[in-house]
Amino acid sequence: MELISPIDYTKQSVLAIQDYSVLAWRSIVNLFSHPRYLADTLMQADLIGVGSLPIVVLTGFFTGAVLALQTSATLQQFGSLSLTGQLVSLSMVRELGPVLTGLMVSGRNASGMASELGSMVVTEQIDAMRALGTDPSKKLVTPRVVATATMLFFLTIISDLVGLAGGWAVSRFILGLDSAQYWTTAWEKLRFVDVFMGLLKPTMFGFIISTVGCYFGLTTKGGTQGVGRSTTQAVVASSVLLLVADFFVTKLLMALLEN
Amino acid sequence: MSTPLAPSPAGALAVEPVPQKVIVFDNVSLAFEENRVLEDVSFHLEHGETKIMLGVAGTGKTLLLKLALGLLKPDRGHIHVLGNDVTAMREQELFALRRQIGMVFQESALFDSMTVKENVAYRLIEEGTPEADVEARVREALRFVELERTIDMFPSELSGGMRRRVAIARAIITRPDVLLYDSPTAGLDPITSTTIIELVVKQRDVYHTSALLVTHRLQDAFIMASHYFDKQANRMRPIEKGQQVEANISFLILKEARVIFDGTAAELARSRDEYIREYIS
Repeated sequence: MELISPIDYTKQSVLAIQDYSVLAWRSIVNLFSHPRYLADTLMQADLIGVGSLPIVVLTGFFTGAVLALQTSATLQQFGSLSLTGQLVSLSMVRELGPVLTGLMVSGRNASGMASELGSMVVTEQIDAMRALGTDPSKKLVTPRVVATATMLFFLTIISDLVGLAGGWAVSRFILGLDSAQYWTTAWEKLRFVDVFMGLLKPTMFGFIISTVGCYFGLTTKGGTQGVGRSTTQAVVASSVLLLVADFFVTKLLMALLEN
Repeated sequence: MSTPLAPSPAGALAVEPVPQKVIVFDNVSLAFEENRVLEDVSFHLEHGETKIMLGVAGTGKTLLLKLALGLLKPDRGHIHVLGNDVTAMREQELFALRRQIGMVFQESALFDSMTVKENVAYRLIEEGTPEADVEARVREALRFVELERTIDMFPSELSGGMRRRVAIARAIITRPDVLLYDSPTAGLDPITSTTIIELVVKQRDVYHTSALLVTHRLQDAFIMASHYFDKQANRMRPIEKGQQVEANISFLILKEARVIFDGTAAELARSRDEYIREYIS
C-alpha cells in the first residue's frame, strides 16, 4: 500500500470536501435554470422509490414488530403495557422510520448511483456527455437528488405506517393488547413536532445519499476496480454522514421546537 | 457507400462565420504531477483542413483533443477554438461551444443504456428538435455510416467497428464546424479500418469539415493523403498522377511531449529528420 504524507492527505481531504460541496451546491442551483430533465427525474423516482419499496416495507414492519416485542418486557415491569402503541409510534415516526429507511435506500441507491456513474466515467461516457454540450450535473446529478429527496419522504411515511402495523401485530397477537387501545395511544401521543421532525429528516437524508453517491461515482478513478471502490465508499460515507447529520438535526430541532 | 447526408438547416449551428484558423494552440504545456505530457505545443488548424496527429503511444495526442474541447485545462498557454479562448472559459460557457464540435472517442463512448437511435439523436433531443425531424435525421446520419438497420439496437449488440461508425454518426448529425477523431481505427481489422477512413475522407471532401485526427496507424494517414471521395461514384478513389484533386491534409508529429513536425504530406516526405524518417518508413 502506498504511504501518503499527512500534508498531502489533508490537502486531498480538503479538496474532496470542496469538490463535494460544489457538486451539492450545483445540484440545487441547477433547479433554477434550463434545461430541466423531468423525464430523467421521473425515471429515477421510479427506480429509487418503487424499487426500494419492498425492502422499506419489510424493514419497517419488522422494526415496529421487534420494537413492540423488546419494549413490552420493560413496560410490563411498570404495569404500562398499554403504552406500547405510543412507544412504537414515537420511536418510528421520530427516529427509526427516517433513519432505517435512509440506511436501506443508502445501501441500495447510493451504491447504484456510484457504480452507474463510475462506469460512465471509466468508459468516457461522462466526457462524451460534456463533449456533446450537456452538463452532467444537470442531466445526472440533479434528477437523482430531487428523486431521492422526494421519494425518501414518501418511503418514510410508508415505513412509519408499516412499522406501526408491525407493532400492532405483536401487541395484538403476542401481547394480547386491545387493537383500539394500541392505535389510540399511537395516534394521540403524536405531536406536530414529532411528525415535522420525522418528515424533515428523510428529505435531508435523501439529499445526502444522492449527492454522496453521485460524488463518488463521478470521481471514480482506476477502471472496474475503481468502480467497486467508489461503490463501497459511497455506501459507507453516506450511511455514516446520515447518522451524524441525524444527531445534529435532532439536537437542533429539539432545541428549536421543543422549548 | 450510401447517399451523403443532405444539408440540414436545423443542424447548422454556427451562426457566425467560421474563422480561417479554426483551432489554434499557442505554447500549450501540461503536466500531471511531475510528468510533463505536453511542452510548448503550438500549431493551428485551417478551415476545411484535416490534420493528422501522429506519434507513439503516450505522447499526448488524445490530450490535445481533450484540451481543444476544454475537457482539460492546460497549465500554460492558450487554445483558441472557433475564435474562443477555451482556456479562459468556464465549464458552463464551454457547453455552448462544444455543440459546434463533434468528437469521436477512441472507445466510441456510446451511452450504453440508450439505443443507437437515442445515442445518435442525443444532441437533437437536447436541442428540443421535434420527434419527426429527429427520426429523419437519425436515419440520414445512420445511412451515411451504413448502419440504418441498427437503429433500435443497443451498443452492446454491435461490433467494435459498428460502434465506431455509430459514434461518427452521433458526431456529425448536427453538422459541426470541427470534428475531432481520437484513434477512430484503433483495434479494428484492416477492412473495417478502411471503411472508417472512407467515412472520414467523405466528411472531409463532401462537407469540407475541419478535423483533427489522432492515429497510430500510418497506413490510415497515407490513405487519407492519397485518396479523395468521388461524390458521383459515392466511394473513395486514389488520387491519380496529374489529377486536379488535392487532399486538404496536413501532419503533426509529437515526440516526447513536443511537436517535432507540422506540415504537408510533401514536406513530411522530404523531411531529413532521422526520427521522422524512421517513423514513416
